[in-house]
Amino acid sequence: MQIMESILEIRNVTKKYSNHIALNEVSLNVPRQSVYGLLGPNGAGKTSLIRIINQITAPDTGEIFLNGEKLNPQHVDLIGYLPEERGLYKKMPVGEQALYLAQLKGLKKAEAKKRLLYWFEKFEMQTWWNKKIEELSKGMQQKVQFIVTVLHEPSLLILDEPFSGFDPINAQLIRNEILELRKKGSTVIFSTHNMGSVEELCDHIALINRSKKILDGSVRDIRNTHRSNTFKITFKGHMLGFTNALWTSAELLDKGKEEEDVHWALIKIAPNTKSSQLLQAILPVCEIVSFNEVIPSMNDIFISNVNSENGVLGTQSNFTE
Amino acid sequence: MGKIGLIIQREIVSKLRNKTFIIMTFLAPVLIAGFFAMIIWLSMTDKADQNILVIDETSFFQDKLAGNEYITFTFSNKKLDEALTGFYKSDNTCILYIPSNLVSGAGGASKIFYKKAPGFAVQTDIKNQIEKVLYEHKLKANNIDPTIIHNAKQTVRLITEKVNEEGEHAQQLTGFASIFGFLSGALMFIFIIMYGMMVFRSVMEEKTNRIVEIIVSSVKPFQLMLGKILGIAVLGICQFIVMGIITTILTTILSTTLLKDVKQDLMKFQQQQQEVFKNGTNADLEKFDKMQDKLETFEILQQVQNLDFIEIAICFLLYFIGGYLFFSSILAAIGSAVDAESDAQQFMMPVMLPLMAGYFIAAKMMTNPEGSLAFWGSIIPFTSPIVMMARLPFGVPFWQIALSVTLLYVSFIGATWLAGKIYRTGILMYGKKVTWKELSKWVFYK
Repeated sequence: MQIMESILEIRNVTKKYSNHIALNEVSLNVPRQSVYGLLGPNGAGKTSLIRIINQITAPDTGEIFLNGEKLNPQHVDLIGYLPEERGLYKKMPVGEQALYLAQLKGLKKAEAKKRLLYWFEKFEMQTWWNKKIEELSKGMQQKVQFIVTVLHEPSLLILDEPFSGFDPINAQLIRNEILELRKKGSTVIFSTHNMGSVEELCDHIALINRSKKILDGSVRDIRNTHRSNTFKITFKGHMLGFTNALWTSAELLDKGKEEEDVHWALIKIAPNTKSSQLLQAILPVCEIVSFNEVIPSMNDIFISNVNSENGVLGTQSNFTE
Repeated sequence: MGKIGLIIQREIVSKLRNKTFIIMTFLAPVLIAGFFAMIIWLSMTDKADQNILVIDETSFFQDKLAGNEYITFTFSNKKLDEALTGFYKSDNTCILYIPSNLVSGAGGASKIFYKKAPGFAVQTDIKNQIEKVLYEHKLKANNIDPTIIHNAKQTVRLITEKVNEEGEHAQQLTGFASIFGFLSGALMFIFIIMYGMMVFRSVMEEKTNRIVEIIVSSVKPFQLMLGKILGIAVLGICQFIVMGIITTILTTILSTTLLKDVKQDLMKFQQQQQEVFKNGTNADLEKFDKMQDKLETFEILQQVQNLDFIEIAICFLLYFIGGYLFFSSILAAIGSAVDAESDAQQFMMPVMLPLMAGYFIAAKMMTNPEGSLAFWGSIIPFTSPIVMMARLPFGVPFWQIALSVTLLYVSFIGATWLAGKIYRTGILMYGKKVTWKELSKWVFYK
């Protein structure tokens, strides 16, 4: 099914803790050089999965392959990880700290220093080298954390809730760097419940809820499968004439008045009909101002999927333009 | 080993950056040596010249108080009030006032008035002299010749010797040994707690700073914990060696200057003893210096010289490393499980109790060094580092040391393994009050 070669393959991973199951038979394929969004409500098991990929904990059952090899301790140097709970040594100078963390990732000291100087220049923070972390602002600390994560040029970058706590300027900076890194060949996995960033950045997503994967695939495919043949039409004319013109397989979901003489209607048509048929039917009775297909946002897909999993009825009214 | 090496290095560098740590390393030996010097100095007679004016209302002590090279007694017939008025401007340093009721009465007190307080030795000397004069006076009053009493009295030294399986016997160190043993046990107690707490804080610092998850994505949690423990161990050993060297140098300097006379006397005394041993009663005892009052000092000095400091130092290092590794790995596990130092209380108690028990056993051993409490305390790993140090000066069979060290190191490996299991779960657990039950579950996580 995957056309692109996958860098990371997760097969039937289960992780149990004493009083709950964190992951239940989760399988994923992360395509190489993609930006992969790991979505799910709080407590769904995203962080548990990320920690297993980072070999911080081990799965109870299931297997993980990186670059086709079974996950082993050598792989930690190929991964860059920015945890959700992140911090640095408060009393240690910035430069020394970054060097230490880079060396732990297997970089030679001289090489690490060279690269650090490049990044410090890029982010305009050359003067910070000898400062202690506690002297830096939160935004500055976040930059340092990001540099430390990517310094060893990992082929797989894992960011857990990268945008939580970042100010808009830093968030934009990080967003650009993520895309830049992908261009250079890295694969980026990030977990989030910020749906805006998903649509903007991700090629692929997986949705995890209550320790199970409930959905995955490319963003475009998922959105296509979640199309509901719903259209929003704005028109000039009489609402009564408009509704009379609709044939039986077109269902009026909602309607309203925008201004005097201008109305809107939400129409769902049967799956085997075409939008042009709908247009032909209504053209004679009104003057069309706009005609749009309502495509579900990732947010809607997220909510409707989670709700239907949790037994709450996913209502159509969740879909907005 | 590469990554553990980096962790060890960082741990050492970050502690060395701490100025208090450096200052303590150099200050502690100075304080220890200074403390010893003070004791020696205080115990020696102070040599400030004392010119004492004696107002003797009894007229009984005239010529009976003997001065020495730095104490002179001048007797005066003045009244006390008179003497006191002129005292401050006179060149007398003290006035010794002996009231009239001192000889006749059953009780009574003599008084010393001073400008600058006379040393303890001076006071003792005066008190002893007065008491002796009164003692002899009262004997005579009852028609008893003081020389008879004097000759009837004989000082006896009680020498204790231990016999081993082969029937060899040697003098054991008792008084001094028990104090020395207790002190080295107490030092071990302090060292283990000090460095154990350093590990505990370092673990908690990484957890509360939230850097730990970044680090464990590069190294195994167990490696991180081990690197930390080893780093602080290296630091501790270096600090111990530096402090040991400085203390040795300082005490050598102090003892050669302060104890010079005593050491010379001791050598003379040993020569005299040998002569008596060779010639028996034919030895010319008249020529000998009288050293009755110095015998106790000699005994302590001889005991100090007999102590095997090298064995004790090696054992100290061995037990410090073992005991430290054992306790610090437990403390690392505790540090990983809690969010704040205040939450750690419930876990600290069971760790501190055995250490405290060791300390109290060591204290108790000053009176009973060979009881079964001392034996078991020095074998069981929880207390052995402290109790064995206290036992060492009394002489411990090699097999016991070997057994105790082996047990200690085996339990260290066990404790570290267990601690590693708790540690890797604990460091990533936030905002949860952890219980013992919870901790035990972590051990079985995969």
